[in-house]
Amino acid sequence: MLNRHTAALAALLLIGAAPLAQAADKPTDPQIAHIAYTAGTIDIEAAKQAIKKSKNKEVVDFAKDMERDHEAVNKQALDLVKKLKVKPEDNATSQALSKAAKEERAKLAKLKGAAFDKAYIENEVAYHKQVNGALETLLIPSASNAELKSLLETGLKIFQGHEQRAEHAAGMPK
Amino acid sequence: MRRALTVPKRHLWIALALIISVTPANAETIEVTIEKLVFSPANVEAKVGDTIEWVNKDVFAHTATVKGGWEVTIPPKSSAKLTLKKVESVDYFCRFHPNMKGHVTVTSP
Ligand SMILES: [Cu+2]
Repeated sequence: MLNRHTAALAALLLIGAAPLAQAADKPTDPQIAHIAYTAGTIDIEAAKQAIKKSKNKEVVDFAKDMERDHEAVNKQALDLVKKLKVKPEDNATSQALSKAAKEERAKLAKLKGAAFDKAYIENEVAYHKQVNGALETLLIPSASNAELKSLLETGLKIFQGHEQRAEHAAGMPK
Repeated sequence: MRRALTVPKRHLWIALALIISVTPANAETIEVTIEKLVFSPANVEAKVGDTIEWVNKDVFAHTATVKGGWEVTIPPKSSAKLTLKKVESVDYFCRFHPNMKGHVTVTSP
């Protein structure tokens, strides 16, 4: 169980890391906007699954907060791209993130009860860590528009806050 | 005749003193702005009876939570108040985003 988990996590990180490294040259603002929006959407989907499946109040509350915050960030992102007349552009990083997330959701769909809760929270920790890393080292430094950069910086703080909460929840005795 | 006059006058002073002690005339409202997940000022010094008003400029809900103590929820693009009731020096954080931190020092008026 633990082994399978570690392997899946390593795979997720690898899938995520490879395209991020490829794009490291210089993702454009339209690509960055697409990646940020996709990253938010993935966490919203994960939250919806948890709200539906979990019976644990703490887990459901956490998932609802994730859904609410990421919907708010994504709404801001949409408003901004509209204002800047930027068309978010699909790219290898967005696709890799979506693919890994789809696999994770399928894996979680097979779990129930405490096993589901544990896997969901652990994945939330890993996922937020991964996105934080991408924001800090690649997306924020690459963004050329000041407003987009500022939105990404707020997004980073939101993701960091969520990571801390997920870590706290993961460390709690169930 | 003069004596009779001084008695009600003293009563008046006592009554006035009571009113002042119940609702201190100098109670203040201290504003803390929340913007981009930052409380500012992060440190607040207040007196018992003062009110803190958190003004949330973010599109996210936040809280000001003291572990084992009070909690205020501040909805997005909104504000919320708390009147300080006792002498204390406490750290507070946002329950939704624990990386948001602040401190309140409350002294006697
Ligand atoms: Cu918050």
